[in-house]
Amino acid sequence: MAQPLVKKDDDRDDEVDYSPFLGIEKGAVLQEARIFNDPQLDPRRCSQVITKLLYLLNQGETFTKVEATEVFFAVTKLFQSRDMGLRRMVYVIIKELSPSADEVIIVTSSLMKDMTSKTDMYRANAIRVLCRITDGTLLTQIERYLKQAIVDKNPVVASAALVSGIHLLQTNPEIVKRWSNEVQEAVQSRAALVQFHALALLHQIRQNDRLAVNKLVSSLTRGSVRSPLAQCLLIRYTSQVIQESTNDTQTGDRPFYDFLEGCLRHKAEMVIFEAARAITELNGVTSRELTPAITVLQLFLSSSKPVLRFAAVRTLNKVAMSHPTAVTNCNIDMESLISDQNRSIATLAITTLLKTGNESSVDRLMKQITNFMSDIADEFKIVVVDAIRSLCLKFPLKHRSLMNFLSNILREEGGFEYKKAIVDSIVILIRDIPEAKESGLLHLCEFIEDCEFTYLSTQILHFLGIEGPKTSDPSKYIRYIYNRVHLENATVRAGAVSTLAKFGAMVDGLKPRIFVLLRRCLFDNDDEVRDRATLYLNTLGGDGAVVETDEGVKEFLFGSLDVPLVNLENSLKNYDPSEKAFDINSVPKDVKTQPLAEKKATSKKPTGLGAPPPGPPSTVDAYEKLLSSIPEFASFGKLFKSSAPVELTEAEMEYAVNVVKHIFDGHVVFQYNCSNTIPEQLLENVTVIVDASEAEEFAEVDSKPLRQLPYDSPGQTFVAFEKPEGVSAVGKFSNMLRFIVKEVDPSTGEAEDDGVEDEYQLEDLELVAADYMLKVGVSNFRNAWESMGVDFEHVDEYGLGPRDSLAEAVNAVINLLGMQPCEGTEVVPPNSRSHTCLLSGVYIGNVKVLVRLQFGLDGPKDVAMKLAVRSEDETVSDAIHEIVASG
Amino acid sequence: MELCPLIKNILLLDSEGKRIAVKYYSDDWPTNSAKEAFEKAVFAKTQKTNARTDAEITMFDNYVVVYKFVQDLHFFVTGGENENEIILAAVLQGFFDAVGLLLRGTVDKKEALENLDLILLCLDEIVDGGIILETDANVIAGKVASHSMDAGAPLSEQTITQALATAREHLTRSLLK
Repeated sequence: MAQPLVKKDDDRDDEVDYSPFLGIEKGAVLQEARIFNDPQLDPRRCSQVITKLLYLLNQGETFTKVEATEVFFAVTKLFQSRDMGLRRMVYVIIKELSPSADEVIIVTSSLMKDMTSKTDMYRANAIRVLCRITDGTLLTQIERYLKQAIVDKNPVVASAALVSGIHLLQTNPEIVKRWSNEVQEAVQSRAALVQFHALALLHQIRQNDRLAVNKLVSSLTRGSVRSPLAQCLLIRYTSQVIQESTNDTQTGDRPFYDFLEGCLRHKAEMVIFEAARAITELNGVTSRELTPAITVLQLFLSSSKPVLRFAAVRTLNKVAMSHPTAVTNCNIDMESLISDQNRSIATLAITTLLKTGNESSVDRLMKQITNFMSDIADEFKIVVVDAIRSLCLKFPLKHRSLMNFLSNILREEGGFEYKKAIVDSIVILIRDIPEAKESGLLHLCEFIEDCEFTYLSTQILHFLGIEGPKTSDPSKYIRYIYNRVHLENATVRAGAVSTLAKFGAMVDGLKPRIFVLLRRCLFDNDDEVRDRATLYLNTLGGDGAVVETDEGVKEFLFGSLDVPLVNLENSLKNYDPSEKAFDINSVPKDVKTQPLAEKKATSKKPTGLGAPPPGPPSTVDAYEKLLSSIPEFASFGKLFKSSAPVELTEAEMEYAVNVVKHIFDGHVVFQYNCSNTIPEQLLENVTVIVDASEAEEFAEVDSKPLRQLPYDSPGQTFVAFEKPEGVSAVGKFSNMLRFIVKEVDPSTGEAEDDGVEDEYQLEDLELVAADYMLKVGVSNFRNAWESMGVDFEHVDEYGLGPRDSLAEAVNAVINLLGMQPCEGTEVVPPNSRSHTCLLSGVYIGNVKVLVRLQFGLDGPKDVAMKLAVRSEDETVSDAIHEIVASG
Repeated sequence: MELCPLIKNILLLDSEGKRIAVKYYSDDWPTNSAKEAFEKAVFAKTQKTNARTDAEITMFDNYVVVYKFVQDLHFFVTGGENENEIILAAVLQGFFDAVGLLLRGTVDKKEALENLDLILLCLDEIVDGGIILETDANVIAGKVASHSMDAGAPLSEQTITQALATAREHLTRSLLK
């Protein structure tokens, strides 16, 4: 029987990298698993086979459904053996195989027998296995045993039942909740881990009952929790209670702070740290409260254990963001951590120091960092670079040494992301600190002299073209730029040519010299470079005469392209080279909404080079431009608001249509953005037929069809309605897309002459009150609120019914009203039971509106809301209430 | 659930970053390739550090990883970004020491693979579905090593031939060492 094993042992002499699983194969092991069916079981061999199966699973091997079922059934036979070691392996593999519901039944009785066994190990493991694989129906059958197990005098059994309870609470809360008496008893257990598991389960059972949690915390903080893990849990629960109660008691001492502070003297490090961290994260923590926590963290900083040092420095790093002065006491310890073996710790120490350092210590710090930078990985270096950038913005006077530091590290070895971070930082510093501009630009010039990244070179050249001509002596940059034309690849050369042209356009004195240089570029061997040089020579009047650059040329050189690149690309693709020149005006100017949204998202972040001056026009500007270009709509007056696009089709349908609602004082224009996703079709004369029978106050006045809608090239059609002036009329519109469809031969791209008229049902569109509300923030809500006065105040209370969370309710109301949240009040702190949210906006007719929303949880899920509106017009205040009442 | 300390995974890799035994308790890595990618990245990041005397620690993709090495074995315990590092370290220490006890001091890859059943049981006893079951190495090892026969088992189940086979196997192993 032990034959194969002995054989393997023989192999060991010549096989250096010996492994008992060498050359293991799934098929063979599955074959071997047949011994589970032997009438005379050999527990030892069975264990070995299970180990092999587990090894395979662990290595990522998967069993087919059939294989898994087969193994599972074979394994169930092993319950016959009474060998403990084997039984344990059986438990483990059953959990790994995660049998399906109909298979579970096979082992249920065996496991239930083990659950009531006299052997503790069987009871504990059988509970864990059964609870893992069972579903709700079986649970009621075994509930009695589980309740018993929770108070079992063997701690392993009790823990097994409690931990299983925590898992089951996710799926069968109503059953587990019935165990709270037993769980409560277990909290008093003398066994450390039973207490931990019981506390975790008890809290989860009660987590939605604020009062019960409060009671639990106050009784336990006075009592004796033995296990450090349970104590950590208690600290977490306590800080949650503190977080929730600070809303109520603004003055006086913080409840339970003494408990947290007492935990700082606990003998277990994990408890000390948990408490210290909890204190630093208290809402609006005072420096008096912080001090004891900082003191213990400071002790951790000089611990011999890396984990403690890391934990402490990471927490202090966070504290330094909000309370830099509280951390300055630790600066000396922190400085010694710069040379820490663990680079994560060193980096955290440095960035903390950069946050807490004062102006006088900058120079000393920079010296230390210079040594440090050479031996850390790029990802850490990027963190340091970011910290240095913020430091420089904080102490602009120190820009010289910080800029020097950045330029030094720019010259050293490093990957693209790292170099980009440095360049971005320098660019931001140049933009924000005028004195740093000249030196910064020169650093960048030096960098591109020896830069291996085409992307960075071209971005820097572009930036130089914008900033360089505005400096006191633009001529000194020319040399660097022209060197690029000699030494670099075509992309960079083309970039350099454009930059030269910009200098030529802006600085008349340099013009003759620039012309000489540009003419040399005419002999470049790359088309793009030659084309650019020719173009610029012509536009700048390079025929020798030095003339003043006219506005049109400047606009051409510096202005942003007023058509979206995507559209231009599409139009160029469709352009058929013929006699007729390509007309840029034929490119649709309207923006596909998707790319714009992306741009908006990216431009929020301060991307150094990514967003050089003239930023992309905001959505409103773009829409306004678009609408005013349509003569029919020009008389509607000023655009009040444009909504976000609303999808009128399901994703991935033949035609994709979304609509933007443009609100004017006396009109509404629906802009239908259509796109055709069928390559074999060309749509012509596309219109949307709008049925406004459910929107009585609206009368259709005009519609503008879309002449052609080729494949993958979006277009717009518009429908305009008249409505009573200044009134927030609402209604529902049903839409039908009508068009003539023509077949297109995909090989030639030619459309057939005859088309068929067709219709396509779109989803309904609603005009709601929020569409008449413009998001306009106020900087100081309280002042605005007070000055608005109570003349047209309207206060009322509403029940919002059951909601998933307070945050969800708050968001729903904000979206309903379409107003701008002020002072960050849209964020609901986790676990809070009440919340106040401040909103402001401008209602149609230019009426300022301020709203104060007070939310409270009423019972476990029900949300109640008090709505106070102040505005310059009583009817508007009432209208807001109407929105909420009908929403 | 979110307030309870949670373990995301426990890994035991060899000196080339290959799996010996791993256990994931979180859905953050749904596929085997995602798991392997994580292991590879963790291994690459920690490989050059010296985690032989004290447990070391690193931050990684918003996870906190504590780790300790011995011979050609690399032990890792991963937790979420906001997890108490010292709790993670306690789990690591429990795992590390328990394996040391179970392998009777010879803690290396060969021994670990030969006693893989013990290692797997050990993982099973430390964490259950992400929740810490036990961190005391002696208790963990004690639970795993209770390999004796069920008190009520009939002696006949352990036949003489079987006993002899076991004895012979032990003898050959010790001679070959």
